[in-house]
Amino acid sequence: MTSKQIEKRFDFFKTVLCVLISFVIAFILILLVSKDPFETFKVFLIGPLQSVRRMANVIELAIPLTFCGVGVAIMYSANQFSMITQSSFFLAACLSSWFAIYVKLPRGLHSLLVILMGAIIGGAIAAVPAFMKVKWKASEVVSSLMLNYIVNNFVAYFLIYVFKDKDAGFNASYEFHKSAKLTVLIKGTRIHTGIIVCALVVVFAYLLLYKTKWGYAIRAVGQNQDFAKYSGIAVASVMMYSQIIGGIISGIGGSVEMMGLFTRFTWEAPPTYGNDALMVGILARYNPAMVPLSALFLAYIRTGADVMSRVTDMPIEFVFIIQGVVIMLVAADMFLAKWKHKLIVKNAQKQIAVKEVAK
Amino acid sequence: MPEEILLMDNITKVYANGFVANKDVTLSVNKGEIHALCGENGAGKSTLMKVLFGSETPEEGRIVIKGEEVKINNPLEAIALGVGMVWQHFMLCPSLTIAENLILGMEPKKFGKFGPLNMAQANKVAQEACEKYGFKLDVTRKVEELAVGNKQKVEILKALIRGAEILILDEPTAVLTPQETAELFVQLRHLKELGHTIIFISHHLDEVKELCDRLTVLRLGKSVGTAIVADVTQQDISRMMVGRDVMLKIDKTKAQPTETVLKIRDLTYKDEEGRDIVKGFSASVRKGEIVGIAGVEGNGQREISEIITGLLPLNNGEITIDGQSIRGKSIRQIREMGVAHISEDRMTYGCSENLSVKDNIISDRYYKKDYKQGPLMNNKKLDSEVDELIKEFLVKCGDRNEPVRMLSGGNMQKVVVAREFSGDTRLIVANQPTRGIDVGATEFIRRKLVELRDGGAAVLLITADLNEALELSDSLVVMCGGEIVAYFEDASQVTDFILGEYMLGLKRMSDEEIGRVCYD
Amino acid sequence: MLEQIFSTLFSWATLKAALRFTTPILLASLGAIFTARAGVLNLNLEGTMLAAALGGVLGCHYGGSLWTGILAAILVGVLIAAILAWDGIYMKSNMVLAGTALNTFVSGLTIFVLFMITGEKGTSTKLTSYKMPSIDIPLIKDIPVLGEILSGHSILTYFAFICVFIAAFLLFKTAIGLRIRAVGENSDAAESVGVNVKRIKAMSLIICGFFASLGGAYLSMDYVTWFQREMTSGRGFIALAAMNLGNSHPVGTMLAAMLFGAAEAIATILQSLKIPYQLVLMIPYFVTLIGLIVYAIRREAKIKKLRMSR
Repeated sequence: MTSKQIEKRFDFFKTVLCVLISFVIAFILILLVSKDPFETFKVFLIGPLQSVRRMANVIELAIPLTFCGVGVAIMYSANQFSMITQSSFFLAACLSSWFAIYVKLPRGLHSLLVILMGAIIGGAIAAVPAFMKVKWKASEVVSSLMLNYIVNNFVAYFLIYVFKDKDAGFNASYEFHKSAKLTVLIKGTRIHTGIIVCALVVVFAYLLLYKTKWGYAIRAVGQNQDFAKYSGIAVASVMMYSQIIGGIISGIGGSVEMMGLFTRFTWEAPPTYGNDALMVGILARYNPAMVPLSALFLAYIRTGADVMSRVTDMPIEFVFIIQGVVIMLVAADMFLAKWKHKLIVKNAQKQIAVKEVAK
Repeated sequence: MPEEILLMDNITKVYANGFVANKDVTLSVNKGEIHALCGENGAGKSTLMKVLFGSETPEEGRIVIKGEEVKINNPLEAIALGVGMVWQHFMLCPSLTIAENLILGMEPKKFGKFGPLNMAQANKVAQEACEKYGFKLDVTRKVEELAVGNKQKVEILKALIRGAEILILDEPTAVLTPQETAELFVQLRHLKELGHTIIFISHHLDEVKELCDRLTVLRLGKSVGTAIVADVTQQDISRMMVGRDVMLKIDKTKAQPTETVLKIRDLTYKDEEGRDIVKGFSASVRKGEIVGIAGVEGNGQREISEIITGLLPLNNGEITIDGQSIRGKSIRQIREMGVAHISEDRMTYGCSENLSVKDNIISDRYYKKDYKQGPLMNNKKLDSEVDELIKEFLVKCGDRNEPVRMLSGGNMQKVVVAREFSGDTRLIVANQPTRGIDVGATEFIRRKLVELRDGGAAVLLITADLNEALELSDSLVVMCGGEIVAYFEDASQVTDFILGEYMLGLKRMSDEEIGRVCYD
Repeated sequence: MLEQIFSTLFSWATLKAALRFTTPILLASLGAIFTARAGVLNLNLEGTMLAAALGGVLGCHYGGSLWTGILAAILVGVLIAAILAWDGIYMKSNMVLAGTALNTFVSGLTIFVLFMITGEKGTSTKLTSYKMPSIDIPLIKDIPVLGEILSGHSILTYFAFICVFIAAFLLFKTAIGLRIRAVGENSDAAESVGVNVKRIKAMSLIICGFFASLGGAYLSMDYVTWFQREMTSGRGFIALAAMNLGNSHPVGTMLAAMLFGAAEAIATILQSLKIPYQLVLMIPYFVTLIGLIVYAIRREAKIKKLRMSR
């Protein structure tokens, strides 16, 4: 076995172990609160599998998580830690809805227009922290966080003062035209054609990152900026476009979510997909091909927690605890590092011994 | 009878990549003397001092300080034993005052262990130390406001205030102006009078002659000998330093140079601190020849190579490649003119350790039309080319997907040259191409350079390794202090002794003799 | 209408409110100074404050006094900071990921704990929290305008401004402050004289945790007297921005925090005047963005100046 294979296996094993640790913590938390902890834990673990409806829920939830997770994967591959996926998703969902309400186009074409608008909006907002970093070396982390708050307030304003339907009785936009909506794929569920867009985006992002020159540049900059510069790669432009592409993909996610699941825009506060994407991205080790899997995993425990909170006495928010623990442990380079080192050294010694014998 | 304060006996240090930096080195220093440690770049001086300061652990040998055998595991233990180090790159915090820098880690406090800082006491201690050792400094000033010479004084004080009896100075004059150097010498003599022992590392033989009592010379990781400075001439020292073992003989025919590829005229460069690093450098390199630039490191060679390849901006002077100026061109544009660049800094620029062998090799060409397949890269073609290069350049790796960090130093460098030596290369700028790598890889890379020359490439070889300079170069430029001090049209006529004298600044050619470096 | 807006905006009550809004931001941003000076990116101010806010309410309820509340807030905040230190400094997690993950963790944990204790998930109305006493400053309270603005604030508001001096003292007049500054500026230099760099960085996080948890306590023990989910609503990040804008100096940071406090006060007043308050609520964040740019430009200019002067 080469050292690289050991590393790969170890990384996979470590991820699994981190998830297991967080599940143990989850169980302890349930023990603390629940009157019937084993039943509650069982509901949490297998609840999502107990009906077609819930399984569909998992998939519906995995779609926006995948979009945002792929966005994170691309930005973080270039070592750009922008938190803008949140805003790209939310703002695109809001503003592209405008085109679903006030524009009339044939079916199909209309959805395409809305999604295209989502892409543009998501990319445009992501360009702001990217530009601030390239131009003034302002940290993209802080500026994207500030932008998130600006966008949150802007969307709330937009909903109430620009396209609120006064007859709706609650804060909601006018209804979308039917022609803009994405059709339901599987009867009896809400799984919509957005899943196809999602699959296309995953394939696109994977090819982009690992099979094209732009993706190569993203990875080279992400691993070692000096090396990239020396090789002739325009580092600033890579920083820029990696963040913009991440924003575009999250933006598409926002529009798809809106057109797939809703008839009006009603979000006064952003959904948490942007932040969740961090976990999705890091569990997938920033590889777009693995993102759907980790998105499904997160969607699964989210759905499990949701089911649990409805049928038992546990609050759904306890998944945040699990999420936090998983990221903290997976991101910890030194966690189990000694063990990994031992494995590699042992393997190397074994190989040397084998060679000696062969001689 | 002088008292021996320090003995490093038969020290051997082998680095993890198999490089033998010190082999049975012995250094004996007497109390109260200024002892020079001389040797070329890579002779093992720094390693020996790192061993003494506890930053490296030797494989063999013993260290005796004041008659007692000691084990030094880290710098703190070295400091406790009275060994102080003044690094070339200052270890100071610019926004703190001199006094704060001096007392960092041993702060005096008011009202017991957890009380606030006693800055008055700190300033007093610092001021007293300044007076005791004869440094004229205002200890309440911030370090960032100081000139380089004064920063160095703070660095020296930092060691003294921690009770250093043996003071190591690593090429202290490299960063100083002549006036500052003169001042430093006055202070070092004063310290000597106070009973301190000083180990002075330098390439400047005139300085060694002027300042030091005895000297020890290292060559290729071994100690050549120790002498009393007064008994030897600068020429003697130079001969001890540069004598070489001809281990690697590279067969090459006489160069057949044709048209000029690289032309540099009146290049100057100032660093961030405003010092002149390159002072009016001019040279030409023709197709089919290797022009060597020999010189002790840090005399402007690195900057020249980085300006040619676009990593540093071309401010003053002119550089053309095949008649085209490189002014305002990006690194990629310069590379597309056919320029290949081996950086002296392999781990920062030369390769990206977490990327695979393949990704390291394709970094200069991945975007080109030849490797396009629709919107994607033609990975099949890239893979087969990479595999061929791995075979051709004898890179020992699992496969092309292995991360470069898992390779040995020599193999890493082979990955670098596999990239730089393939493709349509008009000009190769090779900066220390074989530094710190094993003999096999060294020989391979040198042969390749000659092969490429015969294939019609122009080669600019920058090296501090005399063997390399003399073995490979067709014509040879010697640099010292940012300028050309000698030019040999036929490098085969040069002996290492002559070369050493120019490199170490003992001699200098007239401007007319040097002028022949440009052919136009 | 316009006249009414102006008269309200520039009233003394607005200034008084501004000081109130400044308090939590100021406390947290003072903490952020220590991590920034040690070269640690702390994105967890938000989480630390939130945890401390809940800790304060619980401390009041179970301890039965204001002081147990404050003590509990500090303990919880410091504990969260210690977790970040373990993960980010000792386990070498990327600080962005570690900080964000811990925010998520805390936001879940606070709701969970609240539910565990009270069975509620939104607001802790069932728990008794105490309000910090307000103080009328003798003499000053009788000065006409000034008395109205400066007097009658919560004890913690005054303490927050005293903390500016405490922070300055810690940073510039103590050994730990000196070491923090040295580690942030040149960790190799600090290491070479035997300073334990990791420990100093962890220490900076703990100090930061202390100040930030006071800010959190203010939210649940003065601003309101209960805990509410996500009640920090971004103040941790504003505090980070204020510290950036203030060039990580206590006095500059204080001024920046006051600017943000004023923006929030204005937003609240406009809100009551039926002006789209969402637009106004953006103001502090816009100011921060501009502040970030100004800071970056100034930093570049400073580097340039340094180069020129040599």
